[in-house]
Amino acid sequence: MSALAHVPTSAGKPAPPPVRRGRNRLLPYLLLLPGAAWLLVFFALPLVQLASASLYDPAGSLSTGYAMTWAFSNYPDALQAYWPQFSRSFLYSAIALVLGLLMGYPLAYAIAQKAGRWKNLLLVAVVAPMFTSFLVRTLAWKTILSDNGALVGLLRDVHLLGPDGRLLATPVAVVLGLTYNFLPFLVLPLYASLERLDPRLLEAASDLYASPVRAFAKVTLPLSMPGLIAGTLLFFIPATGDYINAELLGTPSEYMIGNVIDSAFLVRLDYPQGAALSFLLMAAILAIVFVYLRRAGTEEVL
Amino acid sequence: MKARRWLADRWVMGVALLVLGYLTLPIMVVAGLSFNRPSSRLSYDFNEFTLDNWKQPCATSDMCDAVVRSMQIGLIATVASTILGTLMAFALVRHSFRGRSGLNGLIFLPMATPELVMGTSLLALFVAAGVPQGFWTIVIAHVMFCMSFVVVTVKARLSGMDRRLEEAAMDLYASEWQTFRRITLPLVLPGIVAAALLAFSLSFDDFIITNFNAGTTVTFPMYVWGASQRGIPPQVNVIGTAMFVIALLLVGATSLRGRRARRAALAVVATPAGKP
Repeated sequence: MSALAHVPTSAGKPAPPPVRRGRNRLLPYLLLLPGAAWLLVFFALPLVQLASASLYDPAGSLSTGYAMTWAFSNYPDALQAYWPQFSRSFLYSAIALVLGLLMGYPLAYAIAQKAGRWKNLLLVAVVAPMFTSFLVRTLAWKTILSDNGALVGLLRDVHLLGPDGRLLATPVAVVLGLTYNFLPFLVLPLYASLERLDPRLLEAASDLYASPVRAFAKVTLPLSMPGLIAGTLLFFIPATGDYINAELLGTPSEYMIGNVIDSAFLVRLDYPQGAALSFLLMAAILAIVFVYLRRAGTEEVL
Repeated sequence: MKARRWLADRWVMGVALLVLGYLTLPIMVVAGLSFNRPSSRLSYDFNEFTLDNWKQPCATSDMCDAVVRSMQIGLIATVASTILGTLMAFALVRHSFRGRSGLNGLIFLPMATPELVMGTSLLALFVAAGVPQGFWTIVIAHVMFCMSFVVVTVKARLSGMDRRLEEAAMDLYASEWQTFRRITLPLVLPGIVAAALLAFSLSFDDFIITNFNAGTTVTFPMYVWGASQRGIPPQVNVIGTAMFVIALLLVGATSLRGRRARRAALAVVATPAGKP
C-alpha cells in the first residue's frame, strides 16, 4: 500500500542520471523485454481489439460471430440508450470527490502536520481498511445503512429522515459507498505532499499577519497541489468506472455506466455496445483528466 | 491569537478522527458480523452471538475453494509481476536507452486506465483469439495490472538509494555481480518485498478485471459477489476479519524488523573493531 503514496512523488521526480552508460548496450533491453512485451500484448493490444469490437456490426452475436462493418453509429446509439447511466457515473463520482476532499484534506493535514508520534499509527488506520476485501467492506455498509439499523433510527429520531425515510437503496448510499471506497487513494498522496510542508512557512505567514484562511490559501494549498492532483485522479478515475457500490448499495435507478457495461458483456452478450460504452468511458475520463491537468497547470505530475 | 490557534488545531484533529471513524466503521461491522448467527439467509443485521463461524470457517465449502484459488492466483501473479516489474525498474533507473520516456508512459497507463476498460478489453481479446477463459486468463490479467505498481514501488526504492555504496564496493575490487548480490540486492530488497505484498493484495482483492476474465472460475471476490444475490454466509466475514488481522500482523512485523535492522546497523557503527 505504500506504493500508492509513492505514485505521485516518484512519478514527478526526474530520474537520476544512469551510471553504467554504454557498458552493456543490450542489457537494458534484455531487462525490459519480458515486462514490456507482457504490457504490449495484454494491455495495449486488448485496447486495439476493444476499439475494433466497438465497430462490429451490432446485428451479429457472440455465437454466430461478428462482422467488421465499421459501424461508427454504435457510439451515438449506445450513448442515446444509456445517457442517464453515463452521466450519473460522472455526477456521483464528482459528488463523492467533493465529499472526499472535505474529509480527506483535514485527515491528511492532521496526520502530516499535527499527529506527532501518532503519525504512523494513524497512517496504518487509513490504509488498514483496504486489507479487508473491497466487496466485504461494501456489504458491511448494507448493515450500517439498513432500514432497522441504528443510523437510520437516529436520523429518523432527529427528523433528518422522515418516518419512512431510508438510506439503503438511495443515491445517498451509493455516493457514501464511493466516497468510502476511494478515500484512502485520495488521502495517501495528499499526505505525502503535506508531510513535506515546512511548518515554519505557516509561522512566517502568521508573523506577516496572514489570517489562517489566507495562510492556507497562499501557502498550504499551493504546496500540496501535486498530492491534491494525484489524489483526485486516483479517486475519480476508479470511482467513475465502479459499479460495485451502485449494485450493492443502490437499485437499478442508481446504476452507473459500469453496471451497463458489465451486463452488456456478461449478460446480454452485446459486445459491440459494451465495447463502445467502454471506449466512451475511457475517452470521457481522458478528456476530463487532460483539461484538469491543463487547468491545474502541473504537467510534471504525470 | 493563541486560543484561536489551539482551537484550529483541535478542529482539524477532531475532523480527522471523525473521518478515521468513517473509514474504520465497516471493518468493525465485518468483525462483529463474523460472530453473528443471522436470522435468515438474506439478513445483514446482527441477530445472535456465536463462535460457530470461526470454528467452522469452511462450512460453506465452495467459499473456501474460492479463497484457496484466489491465493494460488495471487501467489503466481505476485511472483511473475514482481520479477518482471523489478527487472523493468532496474532498466529504467540504472540505464539510459532509446524510448525510455515512452516506456515510462506504457507503465503508467495501466494505473490510470479504469479497471472496467482493462477488463472488457482483455475479454474482447481473449474471445477474438478463441482463448477459453479461466484460471490462467485471470493470472495473465493480474500480472498485467500488478506489474505497474511493482515498477513504481521498486523504482522509488532504487532511485532513493545511495549509489556511493556500490561505487565503494567496486573500488574494493568486488565484481559487478558481487556488488549486485552483496550490496544492491539487500538494499533494494525492502522495496521488492513491499511491491510483492502490494501485488498480492491487489490480486487477491481484484473483482472488476477478474469478473470479465474468469469464465466459470470463482475467486473469493467473485464468490462474495455471487453470494450477495443469494445471501451471504457469515463465514465471509470471518475471512474478511482474518485477512485484516493477518495484514496488520504483517505490517507490524515488517516495521518491527525494520526497527531491529536499524538497531543492528547502529550497533555495528558503534562497535569500533568488531564484526557484526
